[in-house]
Amino acid sequence: MDRALDLTAALGRAAIATLRGTGAIALFAVEAISHLFRPPFYGRLFLRAFIEIAWFSLPVVALTAVFTGMVLALQSYTGFARFNAEGAVANVVVLSITRELGPVLAGLMVAGRIGAAFAAEIGTMRVTDQIDALNTLSTNPMKYLVAPRLLAGTIAMPLLVVIADILGVMGGWLIGTQQLGFASGAYLKATFDFLQAWDVISGLIKAAVFGFVVTLMGCWCGYTSGGGAQGVGRATTSAVVSSSILILALDYVLTAMMFTR
Amino acid sequence: MSGAGAPPRAEGATPKIRLRGLAKSFGPKLVLDGVDLDIRAGHSMVILGGSGSGKSVTIKCILGLITPDAGTIEIDGRDLSKLTRREREAVNDRIGMLFQNGALFDSLPVWENVCFKLLAQNRITRRAARDKAAEVLAQVGLAASVGDLYPSELSGGMQKRVGLARAIAAEPDIIFFDEPTTGLDPIMGAVIDGLIVDCVKRLGATAVSITHDMASARRIGDDAAMIHRGRIVWTGAAATLGETGNAMVDQFARGEREGPIQMELRK
Repeated sequence: MDRALDLTAALGRAAIATLRGTGAIALFAVEAISHLFRPPFYGRLFLRAFIEIAWFSLPVVALTAVFTGMVLALQSYTGFARFNAEGAVANVVVLSITRELGPVLAGLMVAGRIGAAFAAEIGTMRVTDQIDALNTLSTNPMKYLVAPRLLAGTIAMPLLVVIADILGVMGGWLIGTQQLGFASGAYLKATFDFLQAWDVISGLIKAAVFGFVVTLMGCWCGYTSGGGAQGVGRATTSAVVSSSILILALDYVLTAMMFTR
Repeated sequence: MSGAGAPPRAEGATPKIRLRGLAKSFGPKLVLDGVDLDIRAGHSMVILGGSGSGKSVTIKCILGLITPDAGTIEIDGRDLSKLTRREREAVNDRIGMLFQNGALFDSLPVWENVCFKLLAQNRITRRAARDKAAEVLAQVGLAASVGDLYPSELSGGMQKRVGLARAIAAEPDIIFFDEPTTGLDPIMGAVIDGLIVDCVKRLGATAVSITHDMASARRIGDDAAMIHRGRIVWTGAAATLGETGNAMVDQFARGEREGPIQMELRK
């Protein structure tokens, strides 16, 4: 009986802690967003964060997209060959990349790069009193550190995903034409004939949401970190793990919302 | 000189900063247990106390970085808890702070650190900020060329001086110094103390320093207060430290092991 009560109490505590944490993150996000509409605005900081996310994440996102497109073409070809549907390879590649793999894989790559970097930078600022210093210098840390990064992440991710989509399709085309024997023109025609604008747009909406989530979790974990170097390390790990899980969970939710009739 | 527990009298005029019954706990740990303190305008107050005695929490409460559980904080007779956010920001605009470890922004060059507040408030252009930074750096004995370096390229003493330059650049009314000489060699400590005294006098500002360095306390303080277990246990003239007649203060000032202050060591 006592054991059952202990277990129930532990579950209750965990549930309360989860709800409290979710509420705190939601309030953090709302405050950061509200600063986007109130001056002063830090355009220089937005630009710096935008370049960091969009430009410096480009190589890793591009490589991921190209190889994913190549693998997808190979796998779908060998799989579809079992029921004589090899002709659908181009369609599968383009739909998979634009609807799912482009935004999700780019999101996971950016979570590893940017979520970790933001958590480490802001966490270090927290433990070295730099965030307190901002307050004493008449500067709101949420406005200065969080709001520009959130905006930059939300805008930069869709741009990265457009590039990832193009490169992913190119990867599939390369394997399709060089290894699987498709004619270049036929492969491209099959790619674009079945592609609809909504396939691309839905992926870009997902990308914007993932960009927001990755930067939000990076900023939140850094902002609330403590306990010196170990605390910053924990914040960095939490930022990557939590944003990766959220990307996968939100991907399901968004897919269900956008594609379920 | 005031006796144990009583705040110093502010000689007629309203004190620049007045604390009454300031209390703060972190979980079960009571850090401030009713701090009463008056700080005279244009004077330099040094708050002494051992590690964990509540010195830093006291000034963080005044700066608005920590919200106290109870008590009042008045600046120029105005209760800070009753100010609107904008009024509070206006009060903070008149305050400068030198942090213990400098707390310089690593991602910005020294000149931008020094003029951060002026730039953030659009009180100066970036071009003019470089000249202003050079001028303020000269006041703390640093060459203009230091302005182009990043904080990680500076020694500990230089970081303190840049931190001091940042604290005074906007010409505040009140300046807080958190352990200004900690981690510095005695000569550099004396140099920093000298710069603090010069800068505070030049600005005519009210200074509040927290330290456990007695030599530094005597050099930079007009008044002194001793905090122990979250309460002010003595206030008086900084020049009398070591010969105050208060057993706690004298033990602390002389660094003696035996006395009324007992360190909680696990046996």
